[in-house]
Amino acid sequence: MEEAARSVLREAQEAIEAAGVDLKALDAVRVGFLGRKGRLTALFKQLGTVAPEARPEAGRILNEAKAQLEQRLAEAIERAKKEARRPKSRVDVTVPGRRPWTGHLHPITQTALDIAAIFNRLGFETVEGPEVELDYYNFEALNIPKDHPARDMQDTFYVSDEVVLRTHTSPLQIRTMERKRPPIKIIAPGKAYRCDSDVTHTPMFHQVEGLMVGRHISFGDLKGVLTIFVQQMFGSDVGLRFRPSFFPFTEPSAEVDIQCVMCRGTGCRVCSQTGWLEILGSGMVDPEVFKMVGYDPDEVSGFAFGMGIERIAMLRYGINDLRLFFENDVRFLRQF
Amino acid sequence: MLVSTQWLKDYVDFTMDADTLAHRLTMAGLEVEAVERPYAFLQQVVVARVDAVEPHPNADKLRLCQVFDGSRVRQVVCGAPNVASGQVVPLALPGAVLPSGQKLAKAKIRGQVSEGMLCSQRELLLGDDASGIWVLDPALPLGKTLLEALDLDDAILDVSITPNRGDCLSMIGVAREVAALSGTRVRYPEISLDETGPSIHEAASVTLEDPLGCPRYAARLIRGVRIGPSPRWMQRRLEAAGIRSINNVVDVTNFVMLEMGQPLHAFDYERLREGRIVVRRAQAGERFSTLDGVERTLFDDTLLICDGVGPVAIAGIMGGLDSEITEGTTQVLIESAYFQPERIRRSSRKLGLRTESSYRFERGIDPEGVPRALDRAAQLMLQLAGGVLATGAIDQYPSPLERPTISLRVPRVNRFLGLDLDAATMAKVLESIEMHVEQADSETLRVTPPSCRHDVTREVDLAEEVVRLVGYDQVPVTHAAAPLYADPPDPHASLRLQVKQALTALGFDEVVTYSFISEKGVKDLGLPEGDARLRPVRLRNPLSEEQAVMRTSLLPGMLTTARHNFDRGNLDLRLFELSKVFLPRPDQSLPQEDHHLAGLLAGRRVPHLLYGSEETVDYADAKGAVEAVLECFHLGSDTVRFSLEPLPPYCDPAVGAAVLVEDHLVGSVGRVDPDVQDAFDLKRDAYYFELDFEELFRLKRPHPGFSPLPKFPAVARDMALIVTDDLPVAAPLDFIRSLNEPLVEQVDVFDLYRGKQLGEGRKSVGYRLVYRAPDRNLTDEEVNALHQRITEKVLSAFQAQLR
Repeated sequence: MEEAARSVLREAQEAIEAAGVDLKALDAVRVGFLGRKGRLTALFKQLGTVAPEARPEAGRILNEAKAQLEQRLAEAIERAKKEARRPKSRVDVTVPGRRPWTGHLHPITQTALDIAAIFNRLGFETVEGPEVELDYYNFEALNIPKDHPARDMQDTFYVSDEVVLRTHTSPLQIRTMERKRPPIKIIAPGKAYRCDSDVTHTPMFHQVEGLMVGRHISFGDLKGVLTIFVQQMFGSDVGLRFRPSFFPFTEPSAEVDIQCVMCRGTGCRVCSQTGWLEILGSGMVDPEVFKMVGYDPDEVSGFAFGMGIERIAMLRYGINDLRLFFENDVRFLRQF
Repeated sequence: MLVSTQWLKDYVDFTMDADTLAHRLTMAGLEVEAVERPYAFLQQVVVARVDAVEPHPNADKLRLCQVFDGSRVRQVVCGAPNVASGQVVPLALPGAVLPSGQKLAKAKIRGQVSEGMLCSQRELLLGDDASGIWVLDPALPLGKTLLEALDLDDAILDVSITPNRGDCLSMIGVAREVAALSGTRVRYPEISLDETGPSIHEAASVTLEDPLGCPRYAARLIRGVRIGPSPRWMQRRLEAAGIRSINNVVDVTNFVMLEMGQPLHAFDYERLREGRIVVRRAQAGERFSTLDGVERTLFDDTLLICDGVGPVAIAGIMGGLDSEITEGTTQVLIESAYFQPERIRRSSRKLGLRTESSYRFERGIDPEGVPRALDRAAQLMLQLAGGVLATGAIDQYPSPLERPTISLRVPRVNRFLGLDLDAATMAKVLESIEMHVEQADSETLRVTPPSCRHDVTREVDLAEEVVRLVGYDQVPVTHAAAPLYADPPDPHASLRLQVKQALTALGFDEVVTYSFISEKGVKDLGLPEGDARLRPVRLRNPLSEEQAVMRTSLLPGMLTTARHNFDRGNLDLRLFELSKVFLPRPDQSLPQEDHHLAGLLAGRRVPHLLYGSEETVDYADAKGAVEAVLECFHLGSDTVRFSLEPLPPYCDPAVGAAVLVEDHLVGSVGRVDPDVQDAFDLKRDAYYFELDFEELFRLKRPHPGFSPLPKFPAVARDMALIVTDDLPVAAPLDFIRSLNEPLVEQVDVFDLYRGKQLGEGRKSVGYRLVYRAPDRNLTDEEVNALHQRITEKVLSAFQAQLR
């Protein structure tokens, strides 16, 4: 009997293996061995023919064989059920992704946000002001009187004798200092306007103004803040230089040049072979400006700076035509 | 300003090459924008001798020349009629690139080898003669390049002079900077005059009727001059500076202006009636013909130079037609004056007349340099045009301009700049630019700038001079300490950013359009007469009619942008702009600047080739975007209404809604009205939304706070109604909500259907009601009974049937 049980069990094992993960075949194996007319069931039926003294042992052997067979079948069925949950074929991983359609912030907005983030981290607060501005804030209070040659530096759109479209974001220097006392650390991003339109000028453009005023703020501190800005904006390996210049509302004044991002300073068309690109104007706030807002220039000092956002965006992305910013062709906008 | 380095060497010694000089000047505040070597091409052109000339065997008009280039004889084919044996001529060698762009190479011309080209004056930009080969001075050394032989090895610096540095608008002014940079001194021209004529005071007089406008006026008189061309050296100096040579007398006035920065004027003395000069204000409306042949109407603050009868020049700007130097002039009155900068600038601007002279006067010239420039001009005129100089000069200078003496506190300037220089070092730096410095005490300098430096009046100006000459790169980078304090962030700006981000997440691209638009653009929106948006802020000097008024609505810019994209084949659009509009305020000089939000949708809803469809956007897409925006303000369906009125004229009345928050109109959404689409030349349907950001900002609500998550399951029941087509789907929704059944948690539309079997003018709307009790499981019987009750109320309220 033991021999017969082992043989049936072996055959059952072979049948299970042959059935693999086919659930139907496995069921047939179950019926064929454990069913009413199954092979193992048949052995149980022969128990009566076994000598009574050997019967308990034979029963034990058969029960053990049945338990083993049931377990193996159960395992095979479990495997087969798992297998049935797998897809028949492999997915084509090269099929296009089903991407939701997302939009894009304008590159000027993105660049302005990135510029602001650097200064915000340094504690500069963002302020805003009117774009249609009084001549007083745009010029007079910034030490640019009427009939001063410095007005030539900016072609102004006039609304009336006393009202202009701001030609720079610098009026925010005055408006901020009128509103609060030092210490002051602000940046002012926004639109500015000049009546100039050619390949390198659009009549509307964007600037970020900056102002820091306090006790004993020095020209070295100006270099400190702007060096941090340039290195965080363009990379810490980008060279920069401060070059004397003139703005009526700062003294001394400095243009900041960075090493050309296109040629890395060796000279190319973008930097007119100089290896340097002008990216912002800056300087120590002129005492006349402090007097206009009622600050005592002997008590406080400070620096101001301003930069064109389009210019910085063009350098970052290698954009070669300023007008693209305002044509708003979606094929352009969707690249950023 | 164009600065010839060769000319510069007349006034200052330096050994730097032109590129180094350009860099040093730039780093000292005189930005050199370009270094040009106009005659560099002459390096490939040599002095050569024609040894033999024979006819060309294959061409009647060409000749074969044997030309000695200093080391060997070359054959050159030449077409010039004047070429002859023995001439010394310019020979452009193979490899030379002529100003015309012509690149020379060894070539065969009609079968004969030609190793170079003989050149005319014109071909080398060294004169006007193009009639034949330029025959050179036979004494020139053969084989030398023309660059060396004619001493043309010059570099021209294009220096951008900032408005504060009028003192640098001259060769000597630039030389002063170069001297400071190279540790040398300026070499001023030596002036000596032979005054052999009778006293000038017997012949001429000057009256200053407006001494504020003209603080100083000086003059000299030369008789017996002969007008003629200037010598070559003079012509070259002027050319290098970009000024055309006219004649010897006029050239001298220009030369001295370029050399010293003092604009001069030469009058034909015989045309000055009564031999008098009167400086006075013009009368408003007075007319005068300037020497460019234009008759101009003057303003009452225009300063005039007059003779005994009438005007002869607009002071500091341009002379008159009647008294200009002509070929017949024999007596010259030279004017050297100082005019008030603001007056010149104002007049120049009002008259629309800019000259080299006005450019310098309005930036301020050296008032003490007036007589020196006058003498220099007299000296050069005598030298170039002959004549006899009247003895003495007129110099009216009733109240000499004061020169400030400025105290410089050394510690303070050091702290301001972030430097650590001692008093002696600062003094030395300032003296290098001709400032007079005295040490008052160990910490204080008393500084008197030269009279040409009227931009230096304060300690801070001296600080600037110190740091620019020491070098900005010498200032160590430092990091300022500042109090640890921050104002709260601006909620307006934060919300704007939040809205922009919400819209980009929904697939909208941000556009930035010009703030100025055409007046027609506003009109094309079809606004009713009297609408405030039809009276925009107007620019006085717009670049074009397209950009003449400040926008009162974002829509014209948005629709123009849509057209631009349509025209380029970009048909699937989702655009927005969140920016300012400008509305005039009657009682204030500045307009109201409000942020508005505009959006535009066109084309396919899901423009994905594989997964998308050709379904196009509709009202619901636009409305959904509006709802998403309103959510940024925590404005939900409990406060927002989409209403049939009041609709703006640019909204299609059949496909659009006004957006109301608590009965405040905040904008509109819908299809762009076909008339407006046509006005903006939109070839495709577009949906828009427009929201008043300021109004939304005022109406915004705080976050409503957290609602606990339910503990018991919900039960959903649907209700499909057949109603008349004009019944808003929201009406039953609002009705069910208004029943305030505590177990009704939510009601939504889940199905919307119109079809033939429903009959004309009817639609089926499916509503899903979600029932939930906060404290127990609901039973089916309970829900069914409640749903039944609500359904009956709805059916009777809207005369609806169940589907």
